[in-house]
Amino acid sequence: MARRWAGVLRSPLGASAAVLVAAILVLAVLAPLLWTDAATATDTARISQGASAEHWAGTDSLGRDIFARVLVATSLSVRLALAATAIGVVVGLLLGTAPLLVGRRAGRLVTAVVNIAVAFPGLLLALFFAVIFGVGATGALFALGLAIAPAFARLTQTTTARVAGLDYVAAARIAGVGRFRVLFRHVLPNVAEPLVVNATVAAGSALLAFAGLSFLGLGVQPPDYDWGRLLGEGLGAIYLHPAAALAPGVAVVLAGLAFNLFGEALAKVLGERRPLERPVRRTAAEPAPDDSAMLVVEDLRVAFPGVEPVRGVGFAMDRGDAVGIVGESGSGKSLTALAVSRLVDESGEVRAERLSFLGADLRAGPHRRLLGTSLAMVFQDPMTSFNPTMRIGRQLAEVACEHQGLGRAAALDRAVDRLDAVRIPEPARRAAQYPHEFSGGMRQRAMIGMGLMGSPALIVADEPTTALDVTVQRRVLSLLADIRAADDVALLLISHDVTVVEQVCDRVLVMYAGRIVEDLPSAELRSRARHPYTRALLAAVPDMTTDRSLPLAVIPGRPADPAHLPTGCAFAPRCPLADERCTATEPDLVADDAGRRVACWHADIPVEVRA
Amino acid sequence: MTTTALRARTEHAWARFAARRLARLLVSVWVLITAAFLIIHLIPGDPVRAALGPTATPELVAARRAALGLDDPLWQQYVDYLRGLFTGELGTSMTSGLPVSQVLGDRLPATLELALLAFAVAVLVSVPVGLLFAVLTRGGRRRPAELGFTATSIVLAAIPEFLLAVALVWIFGVNLGWLPVAGRDGAASYVLPVLALALAPAAVLARILRVETLAVLRADHVRTARAKRLPDRHVYLRHVLPNSLTAAVTLGGLLLGSMVAGTVLVENVFAWPGLGSTIVSSILAKDYPLVQGIVLVYGVGVLVVNLLVDVALALLDPRSTIREG
Repeated sequence: MARRWAGVLRSPLGASAAVLVAAILVLAVLAPLLWTDAATATDTARISQGASAEHWAGTDSLGRDIFARVLVATSLSVRLALAATAIGVVVGLLLGTAPLLVGRRAGRLVTAVVNIAVAFPGLLLALFFAVIFGVGATGALFALGLAIAPAFARLTQTTTARVAGLDYVAAARIAGVGRFRVLFRHVLPNVAEPLVVNATVAAGSALLAFAGLSFLGLGVQPPDYDWGRLLGEGLGAIYLHPAAALAPGVAVVLAGLAFNLFGEALAKVLGERRPLERPVRRTAAEPAPDDSAMLVVEDLRVAFPGVEPVRGVGFAMDRGDAVGIVGESGSGKSLTALAVSRLVDESGEVRAERLSFLGADLRAGPHRRLLGTSLAMVFQDPMTSFNPTMRIGRQLAEVACEHQGLGRAAALDRAVDRLDAVRIPEPARRAAQYPHEFSGGMRQRAMIGMGLMGSPALIVADEPTTALDVTVQRRVLSLLADIRAADDVALLLISHDVTVVEQVCDRVLVMYAGRIVEDLPSAELRSRARHPYTRALLAAVPDMTTDRSLPLAVIPGRPADPAHLPTGCAFAPRCPLADERCTATEPDLVADDAGRRVACWHADIPVEVRA
Repeated sequence: MTTTALRARTEHAWARFAARRLARLLVSVWVLITAAFLIIHLIPGDPVRAALGPTATPELVAARRAALGLDDPLWQQYVDYLRGLFTGELGTSMTSGLPVSQVLGDRLPATLELALLAFAVAVLVSVPVGLLFAVLTRGGRRRPAELGFTATSIVLAAIPEFLLAVALVWIFGVNLGWLPVAGRDGAASYVLPVLALALAPAAVLARILRVETLAVLRADHVRTARAKRLPDRHVYLRHVLPNSLTAAVTLGGLLLGSMVAGTVLVENVFAWPGLGSTIVSSILAKDYPLVQGIVLVYGVGVLVVNLLVDVALALLDPRSTIREG
């Protein structure tokens, strides 16, 4: 853990904040020893003078050097701020852990009080307590400490509550470990990080707040002085010599900023993960598909900084075609779908030899012209794919308003009609509801309905049924099949489920590690699959005849990591047929006479896959 | 279900939400009133002696104690205090002899004006700026702009309002002489106090709004909106902004609450004739009835702000508060 804390020093911001905090602490100790004489020496010949070579920040009404006073005031300001923070942290910890220590009922009362107190700004609480504790440094110290406490108690409550619910804490409790021991040995060590970070930030705020109280005359009283006091005294004479107000002001800002930045740097270091830097690989392009098709994808590549998850994918689709793309997570199938719709994230770079849809080049200019009208998307998670703050009907109607120039009412009518078309019962009522009032299956159907607001030639469905249960899945799939049959709409279905693709599509593209490794009619999937990966995928699907006394078949090894691809065939490390040629050279995707394509050196060897 | 039934159900949810929220408000107000009442009893020693000073005669102290009802049993004083609150009777200022309610009535408008104007300025500046910078710097674009924005907003947010106020006084009052630096007299006198109060919250809000907007820009439903090929303007204003506003409104409420507190400091820098300068002078003068009254007003102000935030959240996000519990 110590090494993680030290990580603060590695970022330039964290390092400078740490240096600044250290400098302030050193100054707080040394300044009173070095400059107290200069700060208290009165010089009646030089009263309230501006900055000069002798007095860098001028002199006050008794002729004392303001720069020296600002330096010396560091000590009191920092000590008071740290003491107030300490009071706040201790009281906050006590209040925050009360639910764990004093039993449920008393704990609930404490929580309620904390919740009410937390609603008030710290300064108001500090003023309130300052009235009770009286004007002066001690009163302000306790006032500020108690004002910090509620927020800290709230933080302690939420963080400890999360840890206290964990198994190992419950286990310690059941084992008869005492409450205090549970708290100090099991709970607090695990919430220490956020608490330390927040205490650091709180110290910065306490410094500023104390300056505020002293500035108002409620904190440090003469003859003592801290930055706030100096600022208050300087403000009265700001027209005469501004330095008297500005010098302590700058000191307060610098110190407050140092503590705040240090806290933020700590938080960042404790919460961050290293970004990954990976080399980019290149592989040979795949053969060109034919030209006249509705959708033509040729040597499609999607690259993110350091990785290329899609490495040269090519296929073509005609009107009414249903093509499925299957593969494991990370095989690049979803990115392929997003790239076709030009919806890849900003950070991704999409390149292709050709990417044309209905004769239009999707790569060029305002390339999304067809999106939303001729090309519709259905996404994986219907729970998050609708805007939660808009009614479903409006979200559908938007498409018609925008692309068909319909008025609001007409567009809404069409939306209701489309909801009806995707078999949503009581579509008029449903259109007026928000997404959270829809079930998952209904949302997915509404999403399909949204795609039908235009007259799509192609629906790209990215794992449309993964988030749904099996019965709902079937209804969504049959809806897609019906739409396809009725309007001659092409369907590009992305799924990790071979069975789904086999049922719905006429053609299957099998992807592995960013490339198509096999392309064949789905009717031939079970009988004539040639790539070992395809056959392994099929073997991994249990059916009614699977012997359930045996463990489920799995594909041995791990899915290929797009950032660490082997030199040869990406599947070679997991392939039962792999030999030297496989690990040395990546096979090209080769088409046979019937248009089936496969990328395997051993495509013609029959293989026995363990099932 | 018919439309009427649906509406009835929605209204029912709203009624439940309102009832629950109102109950919470009442409890908080009761705690606040009790705390304000207790101020005078929690002070160590005799508050009247403290207020009148060591030179006051014992007779005067006794008479003042009797006038304040401090010799009655505690419960009696509490009941009297509550009764006084309901009739608008908040006691008498010990220094000026004026009714506390009258002092509050004189001073509150100036503070309200300041806080509301500053809030309006903060929102009007931060929302467009935050959204704009989120869109400009999305997906790691325009690093320099992002760096400049982040640095500026961190520094502005870290400077407490009273120091900002001093800096503004120095720049615009002392050096440039453009704007008045004290009092409340004409539109020009509002500029510096409002700026001093608004700048830091505006910086915080803009920062949060940028971060929230960046997160929303990555959300699935924004991808859906792009898949519908809506114009950018619609994507940002209809699908992104309402969703990033929810966090901003929560934070905005907290900021408005702390702005109410910030007025105390800013009023004292600019000699603004509001509650903030009055509470400090009354604390220093140990004028406890007046302190009690002002604490109540500030506290109720904060609670009302919190209530408004919850209502705004419920309106913005149909899933939020009204559906809980």
